[in-house]
Amino acid sequence: MSQAELAPAGTTTARLGPLWTLGILRSELTTTLRRWRTLALLGVLAAVPVLIGIAVRIETADGSPAGPGGGGAGPAFLSQVTNNGLFLVFASLAAVLPVFLPMAVGVIAGDSVAGEAGAGTLRYLLVAPAGRTRLLLAKYAATLVFCLIATLVVAASALAVGALLFPVDDLTTISGTRISFGEGLLRAVLVAVAVAASLIGFAALGLFVSTLTNSGIAAMAATVGVLITVQILDAIPQLSGISPYLFSHYWLSFSDLLREPFYWDEVLKNLELQALYAAVFGSAAWARFTAKDITA
Amino acid sequence: MTEAGTVPVIETRGLTKRYRGGQLAVDGLDLAVPGGSVFGFLGPNGSGKTTTIRMLMGLIDPTSGTASVLGRPMPDAARTVLPQVGALIEGPALYGFLSGRDNLVRFDCADPTADPRTRGARVGDALERVGLAAAAGKKARAYSLGMKQRLGLAAALLRPRRLLVLDEPTNGLDPQGMREIRALIRELAAEGTTVFLSSHLLDEIEQVCTHAAVMARGRLITQGPVADLAAGSLGRLAVTTPDAADAARVLKEHGITGITLDGDRVRADAPAGTVELADLNAALVHGGIRVRSFGVERASLEDAFVALTGEGFDVAG
Repeated sequence: MSQAELAPAGTTTARLGPLWTLGILRSELTTTLRRWRTLALLGVLAAVPVLIGIAVRIETADGSPAGPGGGGAGPAFLSQVTNNGLFLVFASLAAVLPVFLPMAVGVIAGDSVAGEAGAGTLRYLLVAPAGRTRLLLAKYAATLVFCLIATLVVAASALAVGALLFPVDDLTTISGTRISFGEGLLRAVLVAVAVAASLIGFAALGLFVSTLTNSGIAAMAATVGVLITVQILDAIPQLSGISPYLFSHYWLSFSDLLREPFYWDEVLKNLELQALYAAVFGSAAWARFTAKDITA
Repeated sequence: MTEAGTVPVIETRGLTKRYRGGQLAVDGLDLAVPGGSVFGFLGPNGSGKTTTIRMLMGLIDPTSGTASVLGRPMPDAARTVLPQVGALIEGPALYGFLSGRDNLVRFDCADPTADPRTRGARVGDALERVGLAAAAGKKARAYSLGMKQRLGLAAALLRPRRLLVLDEPTNGLDPQGMREIRALIRELAAEGTTVFLSSHLLDEIEQVCTHAAVMARGRLITQGPVADLAAGSLGRLAVTTPDAADAARVLKEHGITGITLDGDRVRADAPAGTVELADLNAALVHGGIRVRSFGVERASLEDAFVALTGEGFDVAG
């Protein structure tokens, strides 16, 4: 009886459209992108290609080849930048992928839940009611979109700087064949997407860490700490047994997309590994967040 | 409307929360908030009010016991219940880098049942209602505590609600702001919204609430209509007379207890309802006592509270 009487009179609660989660995703994204911190992170990322470009330009002003001893030892692709500005895109992505890019993602992912909990806004989102699963999905999706945006910012900045400082032309693939500039651009986009996809697993890990604490700073620091630890572990030869399971192990596999024909092996392995991390840490984050007492 | 008044809008049975540290925050709470009431939820800091509110809103899982809001079990029915509930819990929490208006838009986006087409209008109305329309474009970090409190209230009023849960809603407001918010609460109650209001300001509860419950150390001490609660603790009999000592003697002969003397004022526990106060006064005058004033001071909710908890309004230890 009480149920019938107290049931909502109108259709206010029954109207859950198929796009029920899109509104909150857009809200997540705009909220994230309107923070000064996010813009600063993107600014730093955009500055990396500028620095690399100018450094290479100055170093090669006298006609000597880029990189110490004519390339080989320096960051990947650096020696080819002077021949073709498009290579600045690949060189820049290779430069930001080990540290800068995942650090930015770690800040966004680590802060996503913990930051809201710390500020107290999490409780108001949940009583709105955002729904815990829905909110977590929106936050993960927003983090993934940020991964893509951050990667594209680096690529776009590198392309602009490369075109300004160096000749832009058809390019030579790693395999030695030549492809047109248009196809080179397509490859650049493909590489950027592959780089962004490399961060899927790490973003899930950051999201999980974020559900463990009510302090955004602690979550960000822990996430970035895990990143550095994993990078170190991956570099120790004695630990080569575990390195194929570290999320960063196949990160630089994107260079295989510059071969002719494509060499997919490691790229696919990377995607599999990222999917595994996303599944494991995504489930862990979900289990933790849906059962958590929100006391902040 | 009359039917709804008989059905509890909030009902808990043996609601208990023990935190992981072993601390018992809420202990076997049986709360019943009648529909259409303005329900005051009283208790010292640390008495379990906020934990109770968090359990009602599905933010915390109870250790045992059940809670139902709008006739549905919480937290299981959170998705259908909460869109009809506006809440202000433990003070406002805002995005400092967003404007007041964008803060409300953000919270409204979080509600999957809120219609995006009417969002702008509803946000505007809510801002208007709490008197923030002029400051809507300002970044929330520049807001004063009172303005933040108002914005928090506006978030609770984004849609027509059947229940408002307001935790210390007048915190940080100046006296004028407090009056405005109390007027707003009365206005909402008059529209038929049930208001569940936690406060440590006893006079606030007395001014706006029809019902109240008192908590101390995680337990519910009493609940019921405010008038009954105040009546539960009898008032104080007060006699002003130059013949204070004689007056005390006469009152004692008539079975009055708790007599205290203070200059020309005699105070005592108010007699039970069976004693006609006029007879008592006549007895005093018959005894040759010159009575300057005679009367019973009505018990305030504060008296009732102190009588119930046996303590001041301090932090529970």
